[in-house]
Amino acid sequence: MSFSVIAILLLLAGVTAGYLLRSFKGFIKISAKLTDASIFLLLFFLGVSVGMNDSVIKNFEKIGFQAISVTLLALLGSLVVTALLSRFILKNRSKRN
Amino acid sequence: MTTYVLYFLLVLVGIGVGANKNTLQMLKSVNFKILLIPLSVIIGTFLGTGIYSLLDPNMTLRECWAVGAGFGYYSLSSVIIKEMAGESLGVIALLSNIIREIFTLVFAPLIARIFGKLAPISSGGATAMDTTLPIITRYSGTEYVAFSVFSGLALTLLVPLIVPLVL
Repeated sequence: MSFSVIAILLLLAGVTAGYLLRSFKGFIKISAKLTDASIFLLLFFLGVSVGMNDSVIKNFEKIGFQAISVTLLALLGSLVVTALLSRFILKNRSKRN
Repeated sequence: MTTYVLYFLLVLVGIGVGANKNTLQMLKSVNFKILLIPLSVIIGTFLGTGIYSLLDPNMTLRECWAVGAGFGYYSLSSVIIKEMAGESLGVIALLSNIIREIFTLVFAPLIARIFGKLAPISSGGATAMDTTLPIITRYSGTEYVAFSVFSGLALTLLVPLIVPLVL
C-alpha cells in the first residue's frame, strides 16, 4: 500500500474516532498532548539524522538559501492567486477601502 | 521506527479534527465557494514553486512541489519528506515551512493591505487553522475566522496526501 493510501485511511480512522469520542472527558486533552509529544519526538529524530548527515551540515548555507527562496516564491504564488480569486471571483471589495 | 510514530501522528491529527466542535459547526453551514480558498493556495504555491524549480538546477519540480505542499505544516511535511527523499530535502522543507509560518505572523498586516483580506489566510496555509489564526483574526477581521479555519483544516489534511503524491 502506498503511503498516501495509508495516510488517508489513518486520517479517516482518526477523524471517526475523534468524532465518536469527542464527548469523553479528558479525551481531547490527552490527544492534544500525545500529538505534541509525537511531533517533538519526530522532530528530534529528524534532527538526529540531519546531524549525522555530513552533506547536509556542509551544505547548510545552500540549503538555507534554497529554503528561503522556495518559500518566497511559494508565498508570492499563493498571495497572487488568492488575490485574483478575491478580486474577480469572490468580488471581495474590501481591497478598495 | 519513525514511520510508526508518523502513522500514530496521522491518527492523532485525524482525532484532533474529528473531535473539534468548531469543525462540525462549520461543515454544516458551508458554501461551496469556500473551497476556492484552499484551492487558490494550492495552485498559487505550485505555480510559485514551479517557477523556482526552473531557476534552480539543483531542485527538481517534484522536490519544489513537495516542499511547497507543506503549506506551513513544518513538522509533518519535513518528516514525510525526509523519509521519502532524504535529509537534505527534509531540512529544506522544515526551514521553508517554518519560514512560511513566521512570514505570516510578521507580515500579516502588510499583505492584508496589499493583497486583500484573504492574503494572511493564503500565506498561512495549513497554519491558518491554529497558529496563525489569531493574527489573521486581528488583521483580516473576525468575519474571516471561519474561512481561515476551513482553509487551514483542508490544507492540513491534504499535506500528507499531496506530499507523497508529488515525490
